[in-house]
Amino acid sequence: MYATNYHRASSVEDAVQLVSGGDEAKFLSGGQTLLPTMKQRLAAPSDLVDLRHVAAMKGISVNGGTIRIGAATTHAEVANSAEIAAACPGLCHLAAHIGDPHVRHMGTIGGSIANNDPAADYPAGLLALNATIVTNTRSISADDFFTGMFDTALEEGELIVAVEITAPAKCGYAKFPNPASRYALTGVFVARQGDGSVRVAVTGAGSDGVFRQAEMEQALASDFSATALDGVSVDDSDLMADIHASSAYRANLVKVMAKRAVTAAG
Amino acid sequence: MGMEGIGARVARKEDKRFITGKGRYTDDMVAPGMKHAHFVRSPHAHARIRGIDSAAAEKMPGVIAVLAGDELAADAIGSLICGWMIHSKDGSPMNMGDWRPLAQTKVRYVGDAVAIVVADTKAQARDAAEAVEVDYDVLPAVTGSIDALKDGAPQIHDNAPGNLIYDWEIGDGAATDAAIASAAHVTEMKIINNRLVPNPMEPRAALGVYDEGEDHYTLWTTSQNPHVARLVMSAFYNVAPENKLRVIAPDVGGGFGSKIYIYPEEIVCLWASKKTGVPVKWNCDRTEAFLTDAHGRDHVSTVKMAFDASNRIIGLKVDTIANLGAYMSLFSSAVPTYLYATLLSGQYAIPAIHANVRTVYTNTVPVDAYRGAGRPEATYLLERVMETAARELGVSPAELRKTNFIREFPHQTPVIMCYDAGDYEASLNAAMAVSDYAGFAARKAEAQSRGKRRGIGMSCYIEACGIAPSAAVGSLGAGVGLWESAEVRVNAVGTIEVLTGSHSHGQGHETTFAQLVAERFGVGIDTVSIVHGDTDKVQMGMGTYGSRSGAVGMSAVVKALDKVEAKARKIAAHLMEADESDIVIENGELKVAGTDKSVPWFQMALAAYTAHNLPAGMEPGLKEGAFFDPANFTFPAGCYICEVEVDPETGKTEIIQFVASDDFGKIINPMIVEGQVHGGVAQGIGQAMLEAAHYDPETGQLLTASYMDYTMPRADDLPSFQVSTTETACPSNPLGIKGCGEAGAIGSPPALINAITDAIGNNDLTMPATAERVWAALRSAR
Repeated sequence: MYATNYHRASSVEDAVQLVSGGDEAKFLSGGQTLLPTMKQRLAAPSDLVDLRHVAAMKGISVNGGTIRIGAATTHAEVANSAEIAAACPGLCHLAAHIGDPHVRHMGTIGGSIANNDPAADYPAGLLALNATIVTNTRSISADDFFTGMFDTALEEGELIVAVEITAPAKCGYAKFPNPASRYALTGVFVARQGDGSVRVAVTGAGSDGVFRQAEMEQALASDFSATALDGVSVDDSDLMADIHASSAYRANLVKVMAKRAVTAAG
Repeated sequence: MGMEGIGARVARKEDKRFITGKGRYTDDMVAPGMKHAHFVRSPHAHARIRGIDSAAAEKMPGVIAVLAGDELAADAIGSLICGWMIHSKDGSPMNMGDWRPLAQTKVRYVGDAVAIVVADTKAQARDAAEAVEVDYDVLPAVTGSIDALKDGAPQIHDNAPGNLIYDWEIGDGAATDAAIASAAHVTEMKIINNRLVPNPMEPRAALGVYDEGEDHYTLWTTSQNPHVARLVMSAFYNVAPENKLRVIAPDVGGGFGSKIYIYPEEIVCLWASKKTGVPVKWNCDRTEAFLTDAHGRDHVSTVKMAFDASNRIIGLKVDTIANLGAYMSLFSSAVPTYLYATLLSGQYAIPAIHANVRTVYTNTVPVDAYRGAGRPEATYLLERVMETAARELGVSPAELRKTNFIREFPHQTPVIMCYDAGDYEASLNAAMAVSDYAGFAARKAEAQSRGKRRGIGMSCYIEACGIAPSAAVGSLGAGVGLWESAEVRVNAVGTIEVLTGSHSHGQGHETTFAQLVAERFGVGIDTVSIVHGDTDKVQMGMGTYGSRSGAVGMSAVVKALDKVEAKARKIAAHLMEADESDIVIENGELKVAGTDKSVPWFQMALAAYTAHNLPAGMEPGLKEGAFFDPANFTFPAGCYICEVEVDPETGKTEIIQFVASDDFGKIINPMIVEGQVHGGVAQGIGQAMLEAAHYDPETGQLLTASYMDYTMPRADDLPSFQVSTTETACPSNPLGIKGCGEAGAIGSPPALINAITDAIGNNDLTMPATAERVWAALRSAR
């Protein structure tokens, strides 16, 4: 790790102010990606602005059908939240299967989606749940937020404060973990809204990050059952291929995981 | 057996300090004035070094020195060697390429050390290392063994044309060919044994301390064999003469073979300490470990197994190409030859065997012995072929094996080994009973009803431990003897120190070696200390690898105990005015049989040291040493049965049960033996299902250089193992011990692959059997 300057932000405003002060300053949330990257000297921020002590970015509230999760909320807190379990159990399941216990107790939802790793779990959940990403300056729909592999709609110095989700009628997540990293080799989140509309989001498989699977959404909108997906064929031409899996295998997993997610949604 | 004697399930004495963080490892060592090293390493797999400019680095904060290969050569530090000479079948010696501790003219793999930076802090050394400018002329690289042998492949060492190190054979080719020609059935296969990264928990480290006043060197290092390290550094690398070099391997956190070898970093740290005048510490990070620890396996083989009409094996022909990486590591040449091809008879009576082995250079990190070393490769090949042959012949895998088992001992195989004892059918029957093999069909049908594919597979392995005797291995090309030494010191108060040339880096010697003393004298193991890992304390030893510490190291202890006991009896007899032959030693007392006379152990010891009342002519003191050179290898063997369930939608394999029935001969501590089997089987499952080192074939970059990409087995990948033992005593050592350290890793991969291929109905499956590979094999089977 190269030397860096550590700052502890006390508020959202303080954090934004601090990050604008450094040449190459970065926000630090759970640090589960940034710190290993720094240790390998692949990232060298001049300053780190620690967000973990900003009260306004922490905590979970469920108000009617709206779930609000502070950006600095850890995966373990989401996984173990009785309120979320009642409103959106698929999200608890997702959070409970991120990484390992260490990662889940350090990593945060805001950090995960700001990084938008193409194999991270949360992007699939938030895209399928049509979440709203609340920043210090605006609200961004998930469809607009996830713009590509490791890329988001966030502007320079813009800070995610919270994520808001309207509780779906049903939702489920199924993940086939990469056996080494335990990121998603392919993960599919399926959410059915009260109006019967369905969103299906896929992580781990896309060559440009998380994406929605339109054919599956249509099939499930008319029949929300695993067998409704039998006729859907997944094109592997836009899917990722690497030492861990071919695009053809990922295409298979997209379908298998989608069916399992639907089954899990009940 | 007493409470703590041979066979007792004693908890490990050393575990308290390990699990409370009180172990003392090389990186815990601090020398006054110590500074820190970082190595400049090649980012290229193959390149000529045009020049090294360290001017900027030398001016950086905290930097004490930047030293490169030319300076090392100017001080006449020698090149790294391979210590086992193999001759090709044409009689020519192996083509050993020059391996400089710091590369001078050429780098040959990503991670090859080019220079060392010594600075006040680790971070400063690393910063400065980045500022060392090495001018590389990048050359084409080759990483696969087959590609390296092709015409026009990049030439890695000038003295190894076509990258061929040796072309060696064993056995009778003509007889084997004739057997195949006359066979009723021949099973043919191509077998790939995947390349593995050892990954001990503790990365390698070295602390070199040069004492100018004494002109003396001390090296703290992560070694499985500190005496061998001293010997090699003194005799070949010209670092220091043996009497001026102390090597200490303190607590070492696992080795699995990768810490047998003498690597460039230890040599360079010692040399750099003299050069700079400060103690030099280097500690490897995990990425460096992936890049520079010797890897394991990496064989490509074809095999033909010939059967007569009654399903008896009449011939076995094997052709193997083994990748040895960019340089020949210390014992690399022996692994695919004498540790591999000599085991190709397996547990079977095979009249004719021929194996041809070619080893090649590639632009990858050196490959050497890794838990099992040659025997996993032999076992995997044989047991995959046996299972395949059973399927082709339409007989049960167990029947085919039973038809061919060796049943009379000693048994001379056509490939050097003379098996001394065993009962292979006993292990097979035990494993089949525990696994409820007979009930498999019902379980398979039940799984089918849930949409899952069940399979069962077995592996009947044999291996060779305690490689010996020294004269024999010497005649086969080994540069060292393979005996072991021990010294037993009884202190004046009766406590006992056992000095051993074996080295414990996870094996539990502090407990098991003490159990030998408890068994002999009836003293508590708490009064016995095991001393190892320091060339100033233990006179000489050959270290721990190849599951040799029980069979060879403990045997040396037994011999020394014999001498101590003999003298103790004399002293006790003298003290009690009894006949020596009437002395019985039990529960820490020396008694006169049939009387109530006794002398406590400590009192006898005190008498030895006060020397006030010893038998006439007896020397004072009670300390004896012994060397033990076994008459033969030992041959652990057993049967492993694995049952799996495959999810046909994803190809994911779940191991339902794993049964191990091993014959390790006499067992000193069953709990430690079970632990060894558990660990070995976990590593074998890792190889079979999860682990593989991937190099980019074009650039030679290691793609699996962290745990993000290299899959180590974890608890949730593994079932609870069902392990048991049968026992036939080894006749070649006084305890009847065989060796248990590697069996799990040797026997398990074929059992698992045989089970998966049984489940999916497609035999074309390569390790590691990842979910994708299983899924693809299932699809192509349809």
